[in-house]
Amino acid sequence: MNCPECDAMLKIPDDASVGEIVSCPDCGADFEIASKNGTTCQLKHAEKVGEDWGE
Amino acid sequence: MSKIRIVYDRVRTEEKMLEEKAIELGHDTKMIDAKVTQVSTESKKNDFDFGDVVLERCVSYFRGLHFTACLEFLDVPVINKYEVANNCGNKMITSLLLKKHNVPTPKTYFSFSPEAALENLEKVGYPLVIKPIVGSWGRGVIPLKDRETADAIIEVRELSDGPLDRIYYLQEMIKRPPRDIRVIVVGDQVISAMYRTSSGGFKTNIALGAEPILCEITKELEDVCMKASKAVGGGILGVDVMEDEKRGLVVHEVNNTVEFKGLSKVSKKNIPKEMIDFAIKQAIK
Repeated sequence: MNCPECDAMLKIPDDASVGEIVSCPDCGADFEIASKNGTTCQLKHAEKVGEDWGE
Repeated sequence: MSKIRIVYDRVRTEEKMLEEKAIELGHDTKMIDAKVTQVSTESKKNDFDFGDVVLERCVSYFRGLHFTACLEFLDVPVINKYEVANNCGNKMITSLLLKKHNVPTPKTYFSFSPEAALENLEKVGYPLVIKPIVGSWGRGVIPLKDRETADAIIEVRELSDGPLDRIYYLQEMIKRPPRDIRVIVVGDQVISAMYRTSSGGFKTNIALGAEPILCEITKELEDVCMKASKAVGGGILGVDVMEDEKRGLVVHEVNNTVEFKGLSKVSKKNIPKEMIDFAIKQAIK
């Protein structure tokens, strides 16, 4: 599918799960896989790294 | 077969490994996105499918902590418990508990205003390491080697004015080899340990590129880590240990939602399996 930000080709691995993050190789935007139906994915903008993120 | 649920806000390698292992072990496994889950004071356990036990794995500390509070309100067994997450998520609370329970830990000084922090620095002497009381991956961990650096860092803190920035956590700089030890404790067992060697800088976080090397679990390491785990309340934890030239092992952090991608590359034990097995034992019988 194409990057919702810059329209570049996004390669999403077949085994990618809902909740995983994919990054656009062209514009660098991060997207979260919101839902998946077979090979069709719905993407939403990923949250930015927060101050309280981590272990 | 038990019903295990993994609560996430971002699926990392660790969450995928846990899900795959739970399925492989034959458990009814589901992933639950904390970001789209709604809970209220009127909620009942049966309104949700939280299964027999939940592994809380949010990458956001505050999100995970408050989600855990909701799960405990609903009487859902959750790992780790709210109290443990709270004890580990705040470095000041962790340091106080470690010391209280006689776990060797670096000397740490607390102040509650910029002026008092500077006074503390002058009194104790440089260098000290300033750390945000909440935060991970080594962010904001800065060695203060002189007054000029301290003035600059404290001024930046004042400008950012986050509520937690008012707490100044200053820790002695441990004389150690350029590495620390990450130990994974699951329940009453030390599962695996690795050295995290700095790639030249001061920090040794795997998230910053530190190289994982398997570390032998000695009796001393096991003892100190089990004491640290008990001090914060136990569960699935990542204990961070430094090798002080004079005092031996000192624990400087205990991590609640432990990341293990690096360690799993070198570990002899299967870390996700140990975690799933432990979770199942805590499940509703």
